[in-house]
Amino acid sequence: MKRAILLLSVFLFVAGCSGNWGWYVVDPRTPTGWINLTFMMRGAYYTLAISVVAISISVVVGLIIALPGLSKNKYLRGINRTYVEVVRSVPILVLILWVFYGLPELTGIRLNVFWAGVFALALSDSAFQAEIFRAGIQSIRRGQYEAAQSISLNYVDTMRFVILPQAIRRILPALGNQLVYMIKMSSLVSVIGLQDLTRNARELVVTEYRTLEIYTILVLEYLVIILIVSAGVRWLERRLQESERG
Amino acid sequence: MPFDDSAPIIEIKNVSKYFGDFKALADVSLEISSGERVVICGPSGSGKSTLIRCVNRLESHEEGHVFVSGTELTDARASLMKVRSDVGMVFQQFNLFPHLKVIDNLTLGPRRALGLSEEAARARAMEYLERVQIPEQAEKYPLQLSGGQQQRVAIARSLCMEPRILLFDEPTSALDPEMINEVLDVMVELAGSGMTMVVVTHEMGFARRVADRMVFMDGGEIVEVAETEAFFTAPKSRRCRAFLDKILNH
Ligand SMILES: Nc1ncnc2c1ncn2[C@@H]1O[C@H](COP(=O)(O)OP(=O)(O)OP(=O)(O)O)[C@@H](O)[C@H]1O
Ligand SMILES: [Mg+2]
Repeated sequence: MKRAILLLSVFLFVAGCSGNWGWYVVDPRTPTGWINLTFMMRGAYYTLAISVVAISISVVVGLIIALPGLSKNKYLRGINRTYVEVVRSVPILVLILWVFYGLPELTGIRLNVFWAGVFALALSDSAFQAEIFRAGIQSIRRGQYEAAQSISLNYVDTMRFVILPQAIRRILPALGNQLVYMIKMSSLVSVIGLQDLTRNARELVVTEYRTLEIYTILVLEYLVIILIVSAGVRWLERRLQESERG
Repeated sequence: MPFDDSAPIIEIKNVSKYFGDFKALADVSLEISSGERVVICGPSGSGKSTLIRCVNRLESHEEGHVFVSGTELTDARASLMKVRSDVGMVFQQFNLFPHLKVIDNLTLGPRRALGLSEEAARARAMEYLERVQIPEQAEKYPLQLSGGQQQRVAIARSLCMEPRILLFDEPTSALDPEMINEVLDVMVELAGSGMTMVVVTHEMGFARRVADRMVFMDGGEIVEVAETEAFFTAPKSRRCRAFLDKILNH
């Protein structure tokens, strides 16, 4: 993290030496600079909204897909394998294009940009979530299931009160990674027109021509968001661990 | 079929159990009546755990029949629900739920499976925590307790379901020596209360004190079943005598 900032400042310094900088386009002290800067930052709303909605859906779908993967029945396991293998083979950008342009022709249902993006991101991420949940659930010892059975809990209650709370604690770091990954991948939805950070930066470039400055700000915007998210995940991890060991 | 109290509460009839090609139980039969305390012993790998796990259907058997309070154990939902509500189990490794406080370990089953209200479940949990003498640990997490305390919580968790039968699979084998007695004391007290108990253990002092009958297993078979005094003073089979010699002169 410190190294990243150091590298970045060296990079900016070297770039600045060319004497060709135009920071004025995003200088908050000038009226246009301020307008440009706030225009760019407004994109954070859609970047965050689409990431959070998509990951909420993909966690649920991933869990539902993970469960047959834990079954003794090989056909149920087959469903899980097929879903995971097929879905994770499709590049996210391709999936976004297919959902936005292809799906309406196939089904007649036209999703707006936001929901098409959510759909594609969630679908793609669900395959990874399914693998994460499967590994997490498999890491819980058999004795936990047996204890749950011996106090008469049914399958749903066993999962809900005994297995998943423990599995989720273990996979929290992996879930945090997926959220970071999701925020970054959401930038791809800008190609179909979502007004996110990336899209707004590109639009500004079209009118202002200052690519280096504007994209540097864009990099910093993602950096700040992701550092905050990572810190949040680590805080949650620590809190959950404390509650077990005190 | 209503359960007749004079009939055995557990009936194991010609049960065989395979793990792949390996025969873990070979034509085992045993009847246990209500209120009886039976201790099962035998060398490692003789099938003791497998046998008691067949009594609450943690393992399923391939041949023969098991009846608990008159209900045959099958994969049918009704049969599973019946056996799980009648039979509690205490494990060697405690198997407490580490993410739940002691009190929540105890109330989970009564609330979710028996449909008790939160207050009723808590009241019952505190009652059984008193009984195993650790009411002051209710708000702690299992991993904050000693092994002996954890096993007593596990016993209390089983008792909260108010089962008719309690199975113990080597309940003291994972404990440091100085903690064994606090668990055995709880079990002795329980034996005095009329609970039907089936206990796999190497604690022969405990067995002599509380068991009505002893079962000796070897190689997946029940080799000997006898009244406790007769079992220790005059074991009939050579294998059983050899086992007792080894374990008692330890
Ligand atoms: N899930 C399983 N899969 C394959 N074999 C098993 C399984 N469980 C038990 N066995 C085998 O069945 C035999 C009986 O096991 P069991 O656990 O009932 O013995 P035990 O008498 O309880 O021994 P111990 O005193 O070591 O606990 C052993 O040979 C064991 O290896
Ligand atoms: Mg065993």
